Amino acid sequence: MAAIEPMEQFLVSRIVSLPPVRIPGLGLIDLSITNSVLFMLIAAVLISGFFLISARRALVPGRMQALAEMLYGMVDGTLTGAIMGERGRAFLPFVFTLFLMIATLNIIGLAPGGFTVTSQLAVTAALAVMTFATVIVVGFARNGLGFFKLFWPSGVHPGMGLFLMVIELISFSVRPLTLAMRLFGNMLGGHVVTYMFASFVIGLGLFGLGGAGLAKLGLIGSAVSFLMIVALMALEFVVAFLQAFVFAALTCVYLNEVVNLDHGH
Amino acid sequence: MDITAAKYIGAGLAMTGLIGAGAGLGILFGNYLQAAIRNPSAAAGERVWLFLGMALAESMGIFGFVMGFIILFVKV
Repeated sequence: MAAIEPMEQFLVSRIVSLPPVRIPGLGLIDLSITNSVLFMLIAAVLISGFFLISARRALVPGRMQALAEMLYGMVDGTLTGAIMGERGRAFLPFVFTLFLMIATLNIIGLAPGGFTVTSQLAVTAALAVMTFATVIVVGFARNGLGFFKLFWPSGVHPGMGLFLMVIELISFSVRPLTLAMRLFGNMLGGHVVTYMFASFVIGLGLFGLGGAGLAKLGLIGSAVSFLMIVALMALEFVVAFLQAFVFAALTCVYLNEVVNLDHGH
Repeated sequence: MDITAAKYIGAGLAMTGLIGAGAGLGILFGNYLQAAIRNPSAAAGERVWLFLGMALAESMGIFGFVMGFIILFVKV
């Protein structure tokens, strides 16, 4: 009987082996097409294809255009508009891309045979570092050295303020780590728990079919585990969109802190 | 003690971190519901912060969960 290996679904394997490329400063980089790269390409093609099809300029929108407009309205209304205000409009493409890419990658991973790209810490760390780098670059570009006013609490005794500033700096630096870990942990956890319940379906089912007498209860356990998988998949769909939304929303919150530094901080 | 046994115990202990996450999420949603029932028209405006707070509270539990998996599966 096959072993129960919950972590095997996250192995990155090469599909098309390409020779390694030497990049000065980074050394030898393996640029093979892996299953991770393949699914990122599929997500990119899906998103671009959707917008190519739906970006008509009809005054009365068709279904696809209405869907695209709804997406834009949602990101503009509840993400950049609500959290960042008028100055947030400049960051709409970045936040929109983050949201759609993460949502699509999460959903593709739920399909049978799909590989969850965002369950790789490398991928989520890259996205988090992108957000963090954007926040720092925008912070210094807009505020110059006034960027450090972000960490100084207002209206406190200077000694207390210094202590609080250290705490604020630490909590600011931990942000890319928490962003990466949140998305990674959610995707990893969801898929591992679903795998474990699936292994119960087969394990208890075989036990119920093979044994005699009370062992038949294994079949009931198998059926309950199957219902549990149905519920878990529904939860996973919600979590896929929710985690994409939360990543984009936190990006907006962090950008709002540096963009509206002079305004209402 | 056998290293595998220690790994299993460590992973089990790491999962106790989810107690706090569950409690925090319950408090968060309970407060939101209480406020929403008092002031239904203002509830929709705060829904973004509800989901944000939910993700932030849940992520603490998830960090503990990931630590458990690191303890269990990373080959030393």
